Amino acid sequence: MSLLLVGLGLGLAAALAGALTSARVRVLAAAVCSSGACVAAFVAAGRVLISGQTSTFRSLALLPFTGVSLSLDPLAALFIATTAVVGLAASCYGVGYAERGPRSRTATAMLPLFLTSLLLVPAAASVATFMVVWELMALTSTLLLLVEHRHRAEARDAAQWYGAMTHVGAAAILLGLVLLASHAGGQTFAVIRLHADRLSPTVRSLGFLLVLVGFTSKAGAVPFHVWLPRAHPEAPSPVSALMSASMVNLGIYGIVRVGDGLLGGGVLWWWLVVVGLGVVSALFGALHAAASSDLKRLLAYSTVDNIGLILIGVGAAGALEVTGHRLLATLSMLAALFQLVNHAAFKGCLFLGAGAVQQATGTRDLDRLGGLVRRLPLTALLFGIGALSISALPPFNGFASEWLLLQGLLHGFADHNAATAIALLAGVAALALTGGLTAAAFVKALGIGFLGQPRTPAAANAGEVAPSMLAGMALLAAPCLLLGVVPGTVVPMLRRAAETGLGVTSPDPLRAGLGLDLASVEGTIEPVLLLAALVAALVLAWCCARVFARRGARRAEAWGCGRELQTARMEYTATSFAEPLQRVFADVLRPDHDLEVTHVAESRYFEQAISYHNRVDDAFERTFYRPVIRLVETWGRFARRAQNGSLHRYLAFGLVALIVVFVVLA
Amino acid sequence: MITAIGASGLGPSVAASLVQLVAVVLGGPLLVGLMAKVRARAEGRTGAPIRQPLLDLRKLVGKECVHAEHSSVVLSVAPFVLVSSAAVAVAITPLVTTSPALRQSADLFVIVYLLLTGSVALALAGLDPGTAFGGMGASRAMTIGALAEPALLVAVLALSVQARTSNLPAIVSATLAHPAWAASPERLCALVALVVVVIAETGRIPVDNPSTHLELTMIHEAMILEYAGPELGLVTLGEAMRLGLLFALVANLFFPWGIATTTGAIPVLIGLVVLGAKTTAIAFAIALLEVSTAKLRLFRVPELLAGGFVLAVLAVVAGLVTR
Repeated sequence: MSLLLVGLGLGLAAALAGALTSARVRVLAAAVCSSGACVAAFVAAGRVLISGQTSTFRSLALLPFTGVSLSLDPLAALFIATTAVVGLAASCYGVGYAERGPRSRTATAMLPLFLTSLLLVPAAASVATFMVVWELMALTSTLLLLVEHRHRAEARDAAQWYGAMTHVGAAAILLGLVLLASHAGGQTFAVIRLHADRLSPTVRSLGFLLVLVGFTSKAGAVPFHVWLPRAHPEAPSPVSALMSASMVNLGIYGIVRVGDGLLGGGVLWWWLVVVGLGVVSALFGALHAAASSDLKRLLAYSTVDNIGLILIGVGAAGALEVTGHRLLATLSMLAALFQLVNHAAFKGCLFLGAGAVQQATGTRDLDRLGGLVRRLPLTALLFGIGALSISALPPFNGFASEWLLLQGLLHGFADHNAATAIALLAGVAALALTGGLTAAAFVKALGIGFLGQPRTPAAANAGEVAPSMLAGMALLAAPCLLLGVVPGTVVPMLRRAAETGLGVTSPDPLRAGLGLDLASVEGTIEPVLLLAALVAALVLAWCCARVFARRGARRAEAWGCGRELQTARMEYTATSFAEPLQRVFADVLRPDHDLEVTHVAESRYFEQAISYHNRVDDAFERTFYRPVIRLVETWGRFARRAQNGSLHRYLAFGLVALIVVFVVLA
Repeated sequence: MITAIGASGLGPSVAASLVQLVAVVLGGPLLVGLMAKVRARAEGRTGAPIRQPLLDLRKLVGKECVHAEHSSVVLSVAPFVLVSSAAVAVAITPLVTTSPALRQSADLFVIVYLLLTGSVALALAGLDPGTAFGGMGASRAMTIGALAEPALLVAVLALSVQARTSNLPAIVSATLAHPAWAASPERLCALVALVVVVIAETGRIPVDNPSTHLELTMIHEAMILEYAGPELGLVTLGEAMRLGLLFALVANLFFPWGIATTTGAIPVLIGLVVLGAKTTAIAFAIALLEVSTAKLRLFRVPELLAGGFVLAVLAVVAGLVTR
């Protein structure tokens, strides 16, 4: 615990260094301090994950009335460790990013503060502490979103959406937690946990639903995801990485902490709702990711997809725990947490890679990129590792955790409850559909963005990014490979976190080893051996090719169907790549096309110009949020008429209010 | 069950895996040749000899490699990834015997994702030269793949729920122990769903026409248009191996009798012959299906695959209801 406090102190020192030092040393000083903070937090969290011992900290002086109380248990430690690694990579990356990007004082000071709040949220052990650090996280991230508002008007729009969503969410969490705390008779988590079974079922369910709304809006699950595809692309890239790889996780953390931890599991329908949210988010996110041609927007939607997968795992775990299958519940929760850790690694790496592309070419529109593998070979390699991992290809980490998720769902059918079975089946179907769509989305990102011919001069003349940025990406690409090849090494820690989260102890769901080996049922993968077999097969195939084929390779023009000239404009673009999927899923995506053909004046048989527009808007935004916004605006106009500044009117309001109060009290 | 089979040592199981690998490397192209032959005969032509795909491979190996102007290293690496992912899948799947090497990891989901690895490698290679046709092929192949995947995984789930494991040798052994399973409703639904997926994944009519020569109608062929010489040979070999693997997998999942349960020489030999007979029968059936149907329009294919998906879901539901 003391080490975590050292880390938090270093984080604050980094913020001060960013705010107070001169422009020359500002970025480096802040980066060094926040890297130190991340290392300290990682070590502190790692020790708790290995030993399984919980440590606590209380100080009455830091926060008036309630004091600050922190607690570091394995569940919190897992989230802190994950955030620390992403934070370290983002800090390292930030040094190179600031060299050619904006190096404002606000941004340099806010980033460490945001990072510190991310590290603090899982450690909070009382309602007051939790809400204070939660708000700190919300405010610093909103400010960071606005850093580049002078360059891009979209950033302002995004910050408005984000600010509104995050505060509605925070209000829901506050209401829910206060409701639970007031009925439990204390605001520390320990007290709520102790008195949870004395709460009436209505209060428990109402409290859970309120916090569920709040936490899923932070996690970016459908239908509260609308801020995510706006905010993540507009934030500076290290911040996008932190938001997408760490901040959304805290929504999951909140659901597990309150639903499973404080309320002790609750009732079955809670978790079926969670699975349902997960299924819808996974499908919706994957479809939009497959249809997007903006690189960062694609990544943001794929975060919605992955949060959906994690929610499916968390919901399945909750449902199985309620119905008494402890071992299977632990297995599902472990799988969900593993997916979360892996998602942090590959999504962080991908967002940093997208930032590198944006810095090198000035655009993140895939239709304007291409051929970057020759201009940015290392970025392409690291982005490629992230893309293959998220597509769940063996032997990368996404495969290991998706396999585990599938096993959890498959063996969950041992429960004979019809509702659970339907939810699990929907979960598997969603997992299967998103698997293929994610592969399509990332083949598009990698193939259109990095392979082929450059589509614009900016892409053709791009240069490799700074070494510190590459180091940041490599720091997150390494776990993608390591956790994929030897997933068994982190299983004991994940199991401790899963058991703390669920508040149960169960026999070990997995046998010890380098691979994943289910203990109670048959099911094993040994990625090390699979990788060895793959390498052996590769070497064998290569040797065969060398022995039999003696003639070398020659370069020639690509086949153009007899056409003489082949330019980059004839290449398939991201939009055209996604068109078949967009057409197949037109009912969900509701794409907006517009084709205008201008004919030559002399003859209608010849075309002078063709313009084609294709837009895919968010269906939820159009059908739900727009009407709500219009309603709020109407109400705002009404309120403005009522508040015209006249003192007489305000006195009348006061009088009426007083009379109403008297009537009510009488 | 598996531990009892696993008593035999590492050496024989590696040897069995190599037998399977050789069988599929030679048998896959022969199946492709057989299907072309059946088609030709049904249309009243003599057709090329069945061993023609193997002769083509030998011819391609002797040729020069030509790379497109703007291609990168991805173009030359992809065929190796395709072939080696298919080879690992072939080596660990119970085709000839239920105890090949690495049988503990021979999970159905592992096989599905190994095949996906090969498809992703080919799609990336299609985009690599930066041409219109390559992109077209890659886009269509990924679309069809994305729609076939759910049907495949849910069909696999139906089999796994019945056997309570997704480990392939365990499923095959369990089917041998419970012959009634082979005729259960969930098996039959899953069989139809899997056949639809196999047709889509191997690019046969009505999803794709392997012998088309018109670029605009191609799916698979458009994607590999830039390959020549030995690399084209590797790609065709990889595709033939995947076809052989999928046919053999369907055969063994739904009709496993004849497969060797040990790694002894005689049972493996019998297993090899029986596997040859089973896959030949499947190849015949699919070739006849190909002759009797027309290729679907690209945007009608999703309906076919959605039908497969619904059948797969029905298979799971049937399994849950009847247990």
